[in-house]
Amino acid sequence: MNPMDLATYGKNTWCPGCGNFSILSAIRSVLAELDGQMQSIENVVLVSGIGCHAKIVDLMNVNSFYSIHGRVLPVATAIKLANPDLTVICFSGDGDSLAEGLDHLVFAAKRNIDVTLILHDNRVYGLTTGQFTPTSPLGFKGKSTPNGSFEHPLNPPELMLASGATYIARGYTHGIGLLQKLFREAILHKGFSFVDVLQVCVSYNNLYEAYNKRTYELKDHDASSYEEAQKVIRSWNYDGSDVPIPLGKFYEADARRLDQAYRGSMPNALDRDNSISELLENFI
Amino acid sequence: MDNFSTLIGGIAGDGINEAGITVARLFCRLGYNIYMYYDYPSLIRGGHNFSLVRASSKKIAAHMDQIDILIALNQETIEKHAVRLKDSSFVIYDADKVMLEGITQKGCGLPITSILKEAGAPAVMKNTCILGGYCKVVGINWSILESVLKKHMEKKLEQNLLVARQGYDQAIESYRIDSLSSKIERNPLPIITGNQAISLGLIKAGLGAYVAYPMTPSSSVLDFMAKFGPQFGIKVIHPENEIAVMLMAQGFAYAGVKCAVGTSGGGFCLMTEGLSLAGMAEIPVVVVMVQRTGPSTGLPTYTGQGDLNFILSAGQGEFPRFVVAPGDAEDAYYWSAVALNMAWKYQVPSFILSDKIVSESQYNFELAGAGTVEEEATQQWSGQGKYQRYSFTDNGVSPMAFPPQKGQAIKTDSYMHDEFGITTEDAMLNKKMTDKRLLKERYLADDLERYEAVKVLSEGNGESAKTALLCWGSNKGVCQEAAEKLGLRAIQVLVLSPFPAKQLKDALQGIERLVAVECNATAQLARLGGFFGFEIDDRILKYDGRPFSLNDLESELGRRGI
Ligand SMILES: Cc1ncc(C[n+]2csc(CCOP(=O)(O)OP(=O)(O)O)c2C)c(N)n1
Ligand code: SF4
Ligand SMILES: [Mg+2]
Repeated sequence: MNPMDLATYGKNTWCPGCGNFSILSAIRSVLAELDGQMQSIENVVLVSGIGCHAKIVDLMNVNSFYSIHGRVLPVATAIKLANPDLTVICFSGDGDSLAEGLDHLVFAAKRNIDVTLILHDNRVYGLTTGQFTPTSPLGFKGKSTPNGSFEHPLNPPELMLASGATYIARGYTHGIGLLQKLFREAILHKGFSFVDVLQVCVSYNNLYEAYNKRTYELKDHDASSYEEAQKVIRSWNYDGSDVPIPLGKFYEADARRLDQAYRGSMPNALDRDNSISELLENFI
Repeated sequence: MDNFSTLIGGIAGDGINEAGITVARLFCRLGYNIYMYYDYPSLIRGGHNFSLVRASSKKIAAHMDQIDILIALNQETIEKHAVRLKDSSFVIYDADKVMLEGITQKGCGLPITSILKEAGAPAVMKNTCILGGYCKVVGINWSILESVLKKHMEKKLEQNLLVARQGYDQAIESYRIDSLSSKIERNPLPIITGNQAISLGLIKAGLGAYVAYPMTPSSSVLDFMAKFGPQFGIKVIHPENEIAVMLMAQGFAYAGVKCAVGTSGGGFCLMTEGLSLAGMAEIPVVVVMVQRTGPSTGLPTYTGQGDLNFILSAGQGEFPRFVVAPGDAEDAYYWSAVALNMAWKYQVPSFILSDKIVSESQYNFELAGAGTVEEEATQQWSGQGKYQRYSFTDNGVSPMAFPPQKGQAIKTDSYMHDEFGITTEDAMLNKKMTDKRLLKERYLADDLERYEAVKVLSEGNGESAKTALLCWGSNKGVCQEAAEKLGLRAIQVLVLSPFPAKQLKDALQGIERLVAVECNATAQLARLGGFFGFEIDDRILKYDGRPFSLNDLESELGRRGI
């Protein structure tokens, strides 16, 4: 399958130069490639929240559920529980999953539900035109914090590690090869996969220069070690400092998943009726 | 004997609910109909709990103030309920704990605490012991109590039987409850709550998933589903909050699994954004919404009907919804199945609007009497051509398809969307899609003509009546009984959206005076009726968290010269 077969007539309204284009291109090629291999495309369901990131589903000729702001993961979780054969991929923003929907993110990791979440982490509210988010650095001057934000940023991979996610990685929208690799790994991983993508927002938080200077790809990192993962994740805290920013897979583990918890199929109507009558006997 | 009421009271933790159900089961085995009101405060230990079990030869769904037997496990029960005693009433009490001072009625004190001590039984067996005494007093054969205990005591049956027998042997017979079994040709009926009936109705219509966050008085649906759901292949989930609940329901529906959620007012507030998504994206979802006394935390364990307005208009934007308010367990079973069918037939949110009384009271339940209802088929995509999730059709209902479908993309969208499900801001398309969604309400309303969306409860003498009582939800039982007694007509509005104006008009033929009876302070059904041109002459409202007793309603009617 050609990645362009996954395009739609939906109008792309991202700003020229937006990092979302890389994510779109990377996910199209990964899904096109997987279609020929282990996961045929009709088994894939995309779920998005609301924000610039979320528009990606309109640009993908793939099953999708364009949800509401912050509510990507409950939808995705239920789709996976409803039909564990589906591959569920979520696109979310830093406002979407770290502010409005933080509870769901922590719980998805805690449940280790077998879905993938790609965080378009531009560290700003794009669609509402430039307010600070949970990953904006301390002192960020956004529309709602004209004098600089007063809060330290969250470190999303650290939060995910603590919450029980079993695949944690970071990519950067300047580096599509690595993005593709991480997306593929995340999708194929069994369990909750979290890919934090440093997605540049050219309009409200253009960090190209800083990222180009400071990001580096991890080598010889032992992703099976929780301690090593924690160390590398903590080496950069999303603050404004100029420490190096690691990219790549931080952590991968195998653990029980919520989607393994539900077995059994629904009886036919006749058996159901009989079971209802039998059940009522208990109440006489 | 037409009516026999028993009240058992004690502290939370005494097993008062279970004791009341045991009394109800005894009467059911004797062929009586029962109704049990359970009153408890919002705490786990201490506080005053009571179960009021009324038995009757007729079908009932309301309690009366006065009681025949008062079973007191503590002094507070006597203090609180002495006013309910008639001259002929009888008090059974724990003689080790309770003094009968100032009570002129006959009584029988049993040394419950001593009996338990002697038997080495734990304090929780108090109620079994006193129920032994109760059976003796009212002349219910030991064998009947024995069979009930044998069937329902999960733990320590032998010890329970022992203390019950002690209670039985030490009490004296003062009544003789006749068995109706020889007159009535039926096996004893199951006794269930409205919440259990709701659960069964949903199961009957093919429920595949139930998602809820605990909130009184809806939690027992979750408990029931978690316990019995798996045998029906139902996936039961208790997630992080009600926002997740509502969104999970829609994930399930998207994947083709029929899902219901359950909550009470506060939890439903959190669901409203997701509800609006269901309206826009045309995702079927059933909401079991059990009212308690509001606003806010209010009285968590008490009743109310204050959320009708809210349910009718919850969620931003305009979209159709189905709302039904069952009045007892049989309504609850039947209409919950219908609600699930309607949600999937019209791809709309569907509400089972219950209240604490319907949901947590106990009713004898006859499956055959509840009405026949089957799972209805949903309109599925033919498989021809390119699938469009929001295709325009004559009735506004777009055929559904669920992933995976080879060569197709099934797209759902919270934004305004085109037929394929891709976001658009096109003005004409926006209007057309809105019309499409609203069109479904017309067909839903037509479909409802097949159902008794408005029920005339008091056939017979009600036909010539000039005065009617208009009610919804749990006031069904009390209105029906008062109407039958006073020669009035009682009318129950079951479906509240789409409003069954035509059926209500028919039901009101010949009525000159219409009295709304509601458990809220602003007469919300009356207001709704007014919107459709129904003039309400009078309102009888109760909003102290407690249900109307038959006496409450009769005296309110009497005060109005009715
Ligand atoms: C409940 C709710 N609150 C607020 C909004 C408005 N809103 C739309 S997008 C957005 C923020 C988007 O930020 P982010 O998730 O980081 O996505 P981005 O646009 O940066 O990709 C907000 C607040 C909304 N749609 N829904
Ligand atoms: S506002 Fe930022 S995130 Fe949104 S499209 Fe433009 S560049 Fe991309
Ligand atoms: Mg953002």
